[in-house]
Parts: sequence; structure tokens; C-alpha cells
Amino acid sequence: MLAITANRLDDGRVVYRTPLGAWSAHLSEAELFETAAAAEDVLKLALSEEGVVVDPYTMDVEAGVPGGKKRIRETIRNTGPSASTVLELNA
Amino acid sequence: MYQYDEIDETLVRERVAEFRDQVKRRITGELSEDAFKPLRLQNGVYLQLHAYMLRVAIPYGTLSADQMQALGEIARDYDRGYGHFTTRQNIQYNWPRLVDIPDILDKLAGVGMHAIQTSGNCVRNTTTDPYAGAAADEVADPRPWCELIRQWSTFHPEFSFLPRKFKIAVVASKADRAAIQVHDIGLRLKTNAAGALGFEVFAGGGQGRTPRLAVKLNDYVIAEDLLAYITAILRVYNLAGRRDNKYKARIKILVEETGPEAFTAEVEAEFAKLQGGDLTLPAEEIARVSNFFTPPPVETRGFDLKAQSQAFQIWAERSVKAHKTEGWASVLISLKPVGKVPGDATAEQIFAMAEIARQYGLNELRVTKEQNIVLPHIPQADLPAVYEALRAANLHADNGGLVTDIISCPGLDYCNLANARSIPIAQAISNRLSETGLDREAGELTLNISGCINACGHHHIANIGLLGVDKRGEEFYQLTLGGAANENAAIGRIVGPGLSGEQVPQAIEDVVRTFIAHRQDGESFNTTLARIGLDPFKEAVYAH
Repeated sequence: MLAITANRLDDGRVVYRTPLGAWSAHLSEAELFETAAAAEDVLKLALSEEGVVVDPYTMDVEAGVPGGKKRIRETIRNTGPSASTVLELNA
Repeated sequence: MYQYDEIDETLVRERVAEFRDQVKRRITGELSEDAFKPLRLQNGVYLQLHAYMLRVAIPYGTLSADQMQALGEIARDYDRGYGHFTTRQNIQYNWPRLVDIPDILDKLAGVGMHAIQTSGNCVRNTTTDPYAGAAADEVADPRPWCELIRQWSTFHPEFSFLPRKFKIAVVASKADRAAIQVHDIGLRLKTNAAGALGFEVFAGGGQGRTPRLAVKLNDYVIAEDLLAYITAILRVYNLAGRRDNKYKARIKILVEETGPEAFTAEVEAEFAKLQGGDLTLPAEEIARVSNFFTPPPVETRGFDLKAQSQAFQIWAERSVKAHKTEGWASVLISLKPVGKVPGDATAEQIFAMAEIARQYGLNELRVTKEQNIVLPHIPQADLPAVYEALRAANLHADNGGLVTDIISCPGLDYCNLANARSIPIAQAISNRLSETGLDREAGELTLNISGCINACGHHHIANIGLLGVDKRGEEFYQLTLGGAANENAAIGRIVGPGLSGEQVPQAIEDVVRTFIAHRQDGESFNTTLARIGLDPFKEAVYAH
């Protein structure tokens, strides 16, 4: 399955396109597509929303979580840095 | 320290206003992302995995206490409470909102700082020895020359759209603490037989996917001709550097393809046209800028190291450095506590460092290319108080220069370009080598990690280097040995097949144990490696 993801324009945060054409911070709310061809029209629409998001693209989703060759990168985008921050480590 | 004049102040304020308008127009849709991207990059704003990243310039790594305080306030008010010090002696914020960045730049302008030329194909922040002005072995303070380069290169109309980014480093001693041989231009301040200051000039060094050591273009260029000579280099590069292929656009490729002798001849020919012209530095201007960088007066208060606590003495062994002025010392603050994030500091720690500099350190701090902080001027008599203040802020790690003093880029946890994570690997190695005691046993040893071939983590020039690579969607790490960033600069050699992240800590332990087992009479890692070759290391690493 494929989802469409991007970074929000005003703050850069990771977002996913929902079936209603909104952008959500949660992958679980993303619209899923069977194939790249099926996602094509929505991706074109997303690419036209320059005032909302930056550089939308499709990503693989498997069983509700990021999959495919970019699994690690997309997991980190989805859940945040895997490394503890200096704040957490100093706590 | 250099103080902004009216020209600097106006230039920076005007740039903030211009960028504020550009951000506003981007948000309202007047500017497309394609139009906006080069504008934001020229102001140090990247879009990374989770958020925008702002890279702030710290000219030649020198900061005042007030500037450091402002950096902490930005971390606290606009980021998530921390900042990341970089190998270019700058600081990066990983979580600012685009809409807040004009306010951040405004705050920076208030303390004489900005983010200009921290990205893009222009002359980037000039780096230097973090102990400049304090080091006993320097022929003169290199920072006035860095400042002259800063003023010359800022918004330089001819060199704002070079084939690729351009980095300059300056040292003033035989010991190289700025890695000048892996820079586009490396400069070593020296004196001639008559005692006149000049520069040994190197060019064509660099890291990235094609690591190269710089070649020497000229053994001595008189100091007044500094700007004319580097203009000549940049002019040759700007005209002949490749613009057809991003990966072949750095000056190192031009030097290699042209040949060092032919390239040098072209530079010298260009220099001959410029010498004696407008670019000759007037003696009064050199004196004016130099007057901003004066060493402290002799300190008469006494200090007895042996009377201090054992904890202080252990810390001091790795953290207190000799100073050229009697009664003073420099203090290295390691931002690499075992198992933590290399180069990161919380807002509270940044405030603490600013306050210590204010109270004890003539208001001055430095950022090092090893992602640490230096208090360059501390009276020896105040060292115990500084140590206690650092302890209170959890800034008293005593591993400077040890193998756990790891240089690491942000890697795939933050960076859009990265192929693999760097920070968790650094943490795992740090924990392993500390737990086994191998860090202390090995002594001076460098270990650097980059999450991709762009080499922001300087892996090529570490004794032990790790490069993160992507193999069919999995993270692997290529191990290199034998690199060096000092006056014996060297590019590390690949040991063998890539290692998984889980294998890396054991592999590094094997490398360090092999070094300890084979070294003779206090040899450095690279001396041992040169004597015994890669094979013993290879056998140890791949035996598992």
C-alpha cells in the first residue's frame, strides 16, 4: 500500500494526506492506495497545494506502518528520532 | 573579540527584514517552493526529516558570553530545549518553525550574529584553531585574518554563486588543529626569515565522496597579499570549476583534473594581475582588526594543582590546556559524556557555559570542530571554581581527545540526506568502550561517524572512521582506519565489508584492543597501523 506524505509548510512537521484531502500528523489517518497509478491523481493534487505542504511524495505502508526500502527513514519521520535527545539523557 | 560596526549591523538587519518578507510571501503563496528554497538556504534554513533546521554561523568558532546566552534562549524559546554544535564550528537547531525563523534571526542580529552563508555555493564559515589567541605554539593569533576573510567573503558579488560550496580554514602553528589539508583552501600563518607574517597556502582538499588532501600552492604569501591570493584561487575555480556535475564541482576535482602544477600556475598568473592592487591589505586595517583580539594580561594569583581533589585532577588531565600567557589556562568542555548525543547541549547547559565565560573567562568561548566547547582564557586560580560550575551543569566529562570523544553528524535521525543513523551508533560505541575501560587504556584516539558520503561527521580523517550506507533498505557501516585531521593529515582506508549496526560496537572494541596489543612505546594509532598494516585489524574485526 502507498500513502502520501510531505512536510507542513509553516513548521516543517511530517504529515500524511487523509481521504478527505486534509493533512494529518498521524499515519493511521492517511488514505492508502493499492498502486502508484491509483495514487497518481491525488499526488498531483497534493503537489499543487504549495501553500500547505512541501514536496509531497508516496511512501510504502505495510500493516499500518512504514514499509519498503525506505522503512527506516519513514519510521523515523513517523515516530521521531530513534536516538534519545540530550534532554532525555540529562533527565 | 571583533565587534560589529555600523556596516555589519546594517547589513545583517537588512537581511533579516528581507528574509521576513520572503517567508511572509512564501506562506501567503506569492512565492513557490522552487523560488523560495534558494532564498531560505542562503539564510541557513534547510528542510530536514521532521522539521526545518537552522544553521547559525559562529565566525571562526568564537563566541561572546552574550552570544552564547542568546543561542541558549533560542534553543529554549524556539526549539526543543537543545542545540547541536557542528564540525564547522557552528550551531544547528533541529526544530524551529519556518514562521519563527525571522524572529530568531532578529534575535541573533541583536547579538551580532546571523545565518548568512551557512548554506549554498558560497564561501562558508572560516574555521580556525579553537585555542587561537591562547595557544603557546602559534606564531600569531589567526583570528584577525579569519575576520578579514569573513568581511571580504560576506556577500562577495563575484563568489556568491560558485560551482559548489567553499570552505577555508586557518591555523597559525605547525600543529594543525583546524584540519587545513581537507579544506578547499587551507592557510598556515608563518613568518619568513625577516620575521614578516605570511601564509603557506594549500588548496584542493576536501572530504565527501571524493576525499582528497590539499596540495601546497605557495610556501609563503606575504600577509598583506592574503585577499589577493585567495581571490586568485577563487577566480580560477569560479571560471573553470565544473558546473555540469554536482559531484565533480568542488575545487579538489578541478585541482586534480588540471594537475597541481598547472593549477598553481593559473593561480599565480591571476595573482600577478591582482598583486599590488585594491586587494592589498593596508597595514592600518590589519592593525585595526588585530586590536580586537588581544591576549589577557599576566595573572599573578597562584595555583597549586597538587592541592586539588583527585576528581579535579582527573578532569584537568584531559580538559585543561596550556596557555601562552602566564597564570592562564584554556578549558575544554567535552560535549561527549559517555553514551550521550555528540555535540548536543541543552539550553540550561548553554546558559551555564555563558555564565562561566562571563564570570571567569573574559566573556569568551569557542566551538571546536570536534563539537566541543573551549573556554580559551581562564585564570589558573579559578580552575577549581570553573570545574565546580561545570559539574553543576553536568558538563564535566573528562574524555576530551579519547576515543569516546566521538564526532558524529545528526545522521538519519534528523538529516534528509543521511543513509544511516549516526547518533545511536556513537552512543553504543561510547558505552561499550567506557564500560570496558578501553577508552582510557587506548589514550588519544579519534573516532568519527558520518551518516552518508557527504562526510559531515569527518569519518575520512579519523583514526577510526564509520560511514553509514544503505544496502537494500538496511543500515550498514563501512569501517575505515588510518585517517588523521592534524599536521599528518591522512584519508582512512576501508577495512572490509560493511558491518550491521549491531556488529559495530564489537568491531570497534576489536580495533581498539588490536591497537593496544600491538602498539610500542606510546605509539599513536596511525603509527602502529603503518607498522603492522591493516591485516591484524581486519582479522580481529571479521573473526566474529
